[in-house]
Formats: sequence, structure tokens, C-alpha cells
Amino acid sequence: MPTKPAGTLYRGREGMWSWVGHRITGVVIFFFLLVHVLDTSLVRVSPEAYTAVIGTYKNPLMALGETGLVAAIVFHAFNGLRIIAVDFWKKGAKYQRQMLWVVLALWIVTLAAFAIRHLSLAFGGH
Amino acid sequence: MTATIDSPRSGRNSSGKNSSGRNSSGKIAPQYRRTGGSRGNFEMLAWLFMRLSGVVLVVLIFGHLFVNLMVGEGIHAIDFGFVAGKWADPFWQVWDLAMLWLAMLHGTNGVRTIINDYAEKDSTRLWLKIVLYAATTVIIVLGTLVIFTFNPCPVVDGVPLPGGFCPAA
Repeated sequence: MPTKPAGTLYRGREGMWSWVGHRITGVVIFFFLLVHVLDTSLVRVSPEAYTAVIGTYKNPLMALGETGLVAAIVFHAFNGLRIIAVDFWKKGAKYQRQMLWVVLALWIVTLAAFAIRHLSLAFGGH
Repeated sequence: MTATIDSPRSGRNSSGKNSSGRNSSGKIAPQYRRTGGSRGNFEMLAWLFMRLSGVVLVVLIFGHLFVNLMVGEGIHAIDFGFVAGKWADPFWQVWDLAMLWLAMLHGTNGVRTIINDYAEKDSTRLWLKIVLYAATTVIIVLGTLVIFTFNPCPVVDGVPLPGGFCPAA
């Protein structure tokens, strides 16, 4: 029976799961980006067309979706900086696990600040 | 007889001949060279681009989200006039243009990597990448044209839209 490989950087545990998270958030952000360029392009069609379509972003259900999108962006951003540190910092590979916990802590703080502001604007009425 | 065993990557084997793919002048033999193939340095440059564009995108996108969603009335303020006001200023035109190009190329290269990883058939990979590159081209060209051909002060039914950044009618 083959023994379990030990000490590999990317198989199992923090290294692999952060990689999985990076892929999934990357794909989500990419597809949103396609849609976002298309909806913004409506400013070139007419002011009414843009304002009507962008209005659909302003309901409370979409505010939750926007918060989810920002959660994906912030994770991808901070974990991306961690990947750069793993690649370019001499001790990056050694501390990749600790850096992931730093990424997650910063992610929660940043997301909490965003969510409080954005959701209170979106649900607070106008 | 005493045999000297060299360390595995010393470039010499026990017979004294070169086994590392390097010739006597120390150059790497062609079949072992990682660069200079038909694809050149493309994959290394793509890897480097992901890191460089990634750092810049963190700044551009965090700034974009903060200015558009966190300041003032946040999302309630976003309408035609909001976009017009931003793009009346070359600073935001350049900001959004850089964001569009870097994000699209960064995202396209990421999806390209995923296609290469998971699509096993040659023809599947080819078609997925054709669709990907077509979509990328359309979005980049469209976005660039919109940023540069946009008129922030349109006249609708003979009435100019209000905007502090527009010349008085």
C-alpha cells in the first residue's frame, strides 16, 4: 500500500484548499467581469438604458450577491498576494500556511467593513 | 579500485562522462533546453504577467469598489450621470482602461490555465480556447471603444442632460 506523501506544498490541507478557493473565485470574478463590461457599455446606448439596467443592481437581493462577489474578489486579491510571497519571498514556501491564516483574517475584517457599509446603504432605503 | 561517486547533479557520472545534458563547454544541450522552443518564453511570461498584473489589479479594483460603493450614497448614486462625471475626467478614463485590459488579460490567462488542466481532448481544448479568446477580444474592444467614444454630455430630445462637468448649454 502506497504511503501518503508528506510535506508536499500543495496536496491536502491549507495549500490545496487555498488553491481550490483561488480557482473558484477567479472563475466567478471572470464571468462577472464579462457581464459588468456589457452592462456598463449601455451608457453608449442611451442614458435611460443604462440607468434602467443598473437599477436592477440596487435591490436588496442583489446587494447580497454584490457582497458575495466582493467576498470572492477580496479573497482572490489577498490570496494572490500570498502566492506572490510564496514565489518571490525567500521564506515564502516555509510560511505559506501561516500566511493563509493571515489572508483569512484580513479577508474577514475587510469583508465585514464592506458588508456593514454596503448592506446598510442597500437595506437602509433612500 | 576506488570509484568516486559524484553528487547527483554535478554534471558528471562515474564513468567521467557528462550526463546532465550539458556539453563540454557548459552549455545546455538543445534537447534539455527549457526555453527557445517554438513557444519561446510564453509560459514564463504569462506566469510573470499574472503576478505583476495581480498587484496592480488589487490597487485598481479596491479603489474602484471604494469610490463607487463605499463613498457618499454608495450604490444609490450610480446612474448615467455618475459614470458620465467619472469619464469626463481623463484620470478615471485611464484608471478604467487599465483595469479593463489588465483584468481581462489576467482572467483570460487564468481560464486558459483551467482549460488546459481539465479539458483532456485536444479538440475540446482548442474549441474552448477559441470561444474564450473570441469573448475576450469582443469585451476588450467594446470596453475600450465605450471609454473613448463616450459623450458625457448628450442632448436628449433637444434637452442637454444636467451635469456640473458639462459646458453650459
